[in-house]
Amino acid sequence: MTKSELIDAVARRSKITKSRAEQVVNCIFDTMTASLERGEGIEIRGFGSFTVRKYKSYNGRNPRTGQTVPVPPKRLPFFKVGKELKELVNDESDEPSTP
Amino acid sequence: MTKAEIVDSVYERVGGFSKKEAAEVVEAVFDTMKEVLADGEKIKISGFGNFVVREKKERVGRNPQTGAPIPISARRVLTFKPSQVLKGILNPHRVGGLDDDEDDDLDEAPQAAGARD
Repeated sequence: MTKSELIDAVARRSKITKSRAEQVVNCIFDTMTASLERGEGIEIRGFGSFTVRKYKSYNGRNPRTGQTVPVPPKRLPFFKVGKELKELVNDESDEPSTP
Repeated sequence: MTKAEIVDSVYERVGGFSKKEAAEVVEAVFDTMKEVLADGEKIKISGFGNFVVREKKERVGRNPQTGAPIPISARRVLTFKPSQVLKGILNPHRVGGLDDDEDDDLDEAPQAAGARD
C-alpha cells in the first residue's frame, strides 16, 4: 500500500473527501517527522513506538572493496512494533503462535 | 509524543474537525495501517519510510542465562525502514546523503524510482 492508497482507504472509511484525508495523513506524518527531528520519540499505543537512536562515528567498510571508510555520527529513527500489532502480524501466518 | 498530540495537531492544522472527529480520523489511519500489515502487505509512506512484514524461518536461539539452545519458531515480524528523506531531516549537517543500502523499493515496482519526494 502506498500513501495515496492509504489516503483513499481513510477517505472511504471515515466518509470524508480524498482531499481532507490527504491533509490528515500528511499532517500525521509531518507531525511525527517533526517530533523525531526534535529527538523526541513517538508512542502510538497498539501500533508501536519510534525512538531516535544516536550513533557515534565508527569505521565501516565498503562491502565491495573491503576498504575501511569512516562513518560520521548520525541519528536514525528506530521503530519498535507494539504488542497488539506484533501479534496481528504474526497471527496471520499459518502456524499458530504460542500465546 | 503520543497519539493524543497527533490528534491535537490534526485538529489544529487541518481544521473542520471537532476534537472527537479528529481523534476518529487519526484512529482510522492507524487502524487501516494495522489491517494492511496484518494481511502481510507492506506500506510505503513516501518521505517517511516503509513498513515491511518479513517472514522469519525457524532458527535456534539460546537462553542467554544458561546458554541452552531453544528453538525459535518461524514467524512474521514487522520492520520499519526509514526513507532517505527522513534520515536527511535527522542529520541536516551531513552532505552527500546517508551512506548505505538504497534498497527501499528494491523488491517492488521499478516505477517507484523517483517516487520519493
